[in-house]
This record gives sequence, structure tokens and C-alpha cells, in this order.
Amino acid sequence: MGDLITMDDLTNEEILQVLDNARKLLPVAKGDVYLPLLQGKVLGNLFFENSTRTRMSFETAMKRLGGEVLNLSSIGSSVAKGETLYDTMQMVDGYADIAVIRHPNQGAAQYSADAVNIPILNGGDGAGNHPTQTMLDLFTIREAHGSLEGLHVMMVGDLRYGRTTHSLSHALVRFGAKITLVSPESLRMPDEIVSDLKNHGGEINETEEMSSSIDSADVIYMTRIQKERFPDEDEYIKVAGIYKLIEDDLSSAKAGMIVMHPLPRVNELHASVDSTKHARYFQQAFNGVPTRMALLCRSLGVKIPKKVNK
Amino acid sequence: MSEMRRVTAICNGTAIDHIPSGHALQVLKMLRLDVGRSNPISMVMNVPSGKMGRKDVLKIEDRELNQEELDRLALIAPKASVAIIRNYHVAEKRTIELGSELINIVRCSFSNCITQNPREPLPHKLKIISADPMILRCSYCGKNQNIDEIVDFII
Repeated sequence: MGDLITMDDLTNEEILQVLDNARKLLPVAKGDVYLPLLQGKVLGNLFFENSTRTRMSFETAMKRLGGEVLNLSSIGSSVAKGETLYDTMQMVDGYADIAVIRHPNQGAAQYSADAVNIPILNGGDGAGNHPTQTMLDLFTIREAHGSLEGLHVMMVGDLRYGRTTHSLSHALVRFGAKITLVSPESLRMPDEIVSDLKNHGGEINETEEMSSSIDSADVIYMTRIQKERFPDEDEYIKVAGIYKLIEDDLSSAKAGMIVMHPLPRVNELHASVDSTKHARYFQQAFNGVPTRMALLCRSLGVKIPKKVNK
Repeated sequence: MSEMRRVTAICNGTAIDHIPSGHALQVLKMLRLDVGRSNPISMVMNVPSGKMGRKDVLKIEDRELNQEELDRLALIAPKASVAIIRNYHVAEKRTIELGSELINIVRCSFSNCITQNPREPLPHKLKIISADPMILRCSYCGKNQNIDEIVDFII
């Protein structure tokens, strides 16, 4: 019930409710108000793969709401000794009230949810899904545009292995978005996802060329070409650095257009964009805190007060 | 001559008719009848069929297929007709029904799926997204499966 594995676990109404709650929790996320809604609760932070923002923002979210956090990484735990995910999860089921899992194998989050009773939040499973990132992305988009309805969103870069774009595109088509997928042929969005998006009535365009869609975009969502997901370094070298967004590319962009990136970035998003009115990626990273607060409360069945006052 | 009669009638067992032409060997593999000391089996392949143009037929002696085996058969030959033969007569006709999920029948073929670790104990689960054309998707990793190679991933 409280699991969040893919965006299919939330209705549009639930998405909007979580985003409303995230906005209410902004003063708590900033540390201006202490609101111990999750006092006495323990979050298991299970990271079998590297993470900066997801792990830290979950930890901040839990602590700002008065909860405690247990951290597990594959290094220095029994995972390194060959323990199965099933066995590890049995332990976590006993130690924590809720867990977020990031794992290099696709399907690990659903597998964990099937293995235990506590709610499981998917913090990224291989090249699969990353729904809590999607929720903070949607929060960022809604704060900028006032609504999620009918936007033109460009997604650029590694759409094959990029789990953030997989989850985000699923959510956006449900709000009537037009999506332009920009990637080299070898990093196209997987066929089953494109076919799902079209079945949801989404207007999907696939192209290898970035510049011609910039002027009509409401959101440009840049992603890193992820070296670590390529089976073969030669294949990586062929496409590394293929897209580079710089300030000059944005000269005729819509005034309200925002540039997002799940970070970390390498070369695809130049620092010259940072000082433009379009840059929203650092704000986006912060938005992980209030959004994950709202998600933790939802999964644990904790109600958020109507007003959160200073 | 009836195409079912190309081989001798069997006394007891199962006759599977209307297997897509050329797929009888895959059916045997799917039913795990291709290994060890199996029962006597008669097979005809690529014979004319009013319904299908061409078809394969299998007769398995002294063995009545159970429901789990019929579920497996549905993956390759969803339109096959299955007759249980007792004392040279059709005692029962069994229908093949595809449910909504296959549990521990086929494993996911995707190399990075969590279920690739053979020590992970939870069952292999594939959702049936569509029966015609057959589209199967791993319930864990969400990857669609290649139906042409599905027989290689039978558990």
C-alpha cells in the first residue's frame, strides 16, 4: 500500500496531493520550522549503488521530521559477502519502519517490496525507475509553471539507461505533455516505454537533434551519458559529449522555460547556463527534501497539518 | 486420411492438435518431455490443416497433461486443442487458458534483472500484457521478453 516502485503506484490525484503537501513542508525542509511528525520512526537507507542527492535528501527529510535513519551500503556489509537481497531485506524489515533502496539490478525495488512488510521506496533500480526523483521533478516543474498540464518537455541525453527520464515521461504523459526525446540512436528510450507512453495518449517525438525544439520547450531536461552503464567503453566514447547545452543556445527560448538536470552533470550542461533565469537544477536538487518528506509521510500514513506555520 | 491418423492411435495419453507449424519440438521442450526417459511420443510436423494452413501434432502415450503443463503450452501454442485419450477414445477435451501472470514457469531473460541471481528465492513472475500477439513483461524489472527465445528461459 505504501510502496512507491514505479509511477503507476500513484494516481494523478495522489501525485498532486503529495506535491501540495511538499509545498506545505517547505519551511520544515529549510529548517525554519521543526515539525517532528515522524518522531520514533526509523528509515532504512539502503544504497547498493553510489548516490549523493537521493541518500542525503532522504536523510535530511527524515531528520527534519524528527525521525531516525539507518544507513547501509554494500561495502562493509554482508552484501559484500554474497548475501541475497531477500535475506538483507528480512533484516531491514525488523530494523526499520520504512526503507528506500537503490540497487544496480533492475527490478530490485519491486523484489524488495515483495520480500518484506514495511513500505519500500524505489531510489533507483539499475536502468529501471526512479519515482521519488520524478516527484521532485514534478514539484519543480509545477512550481515554475503553476501546473503540470499540457507542457512541452524535452528530454536530452541518455534515454536508454536514464531511469529518471523513464519515470518522468510516464508521469508527464498522464498530464497531457508533449515530449520530445533527444538522444543518439544507441541511447534511444526503450521500445516498451515509448509504446507505453503512446498508449497513454502521449505526443512523443524522437530525434537526434536538440536545437530545433528549444524555442518551443517549457522544460529542457538534460541528462548525463552514464559511463558506468555501458557494457563497452568504445560504445561510450562514440556518444560521450554529443550534447552540450550552453547559454547561447537559450537566446530565443521562452521566457518561462526552465532547464533541469537530475545531476551529477559532466559536459552536457555548461556552467554558463547557471546564471541564466532558466537554470533550475540546484533548486531541483533542494526540492528533493520537501518532496521526500511528503512521500515518507504518505507511505507511513502520517497526516500533514493543514497549515505549517513558522 | 485424417492428419491425426498419420500415426497410430494411442490407447491412453494426450493428443495435442493444432500446434503452430514447426513448433512441436519447442512444445516438447516446454513440457520438459525432451529429456531423460520420457514416455513414447509420436510427432507429425507441417501437415495440412483446414484451420491453420499447416500444423504440428503430438501424441504422448500414458501421460495426461496437468493444468500447469497446459499453462506452459499456452505460451507457444495458445490455440492448440488438447484431448485426453483413454482406451482409444477421447475422454476429455481440455482448454488452454492464459492467466494474467506466469509464476515460476519462465524466468526473465534480461541480464541485469534482480532475478538473474539463482540464489534469490522469490518466484519468477511474468505478466501477460497481451495474448495475441503474445507480450510478456517481467513483474520485477519491467522488461518485455523476446517470445521467439522464450523456450530457452523455461524453468
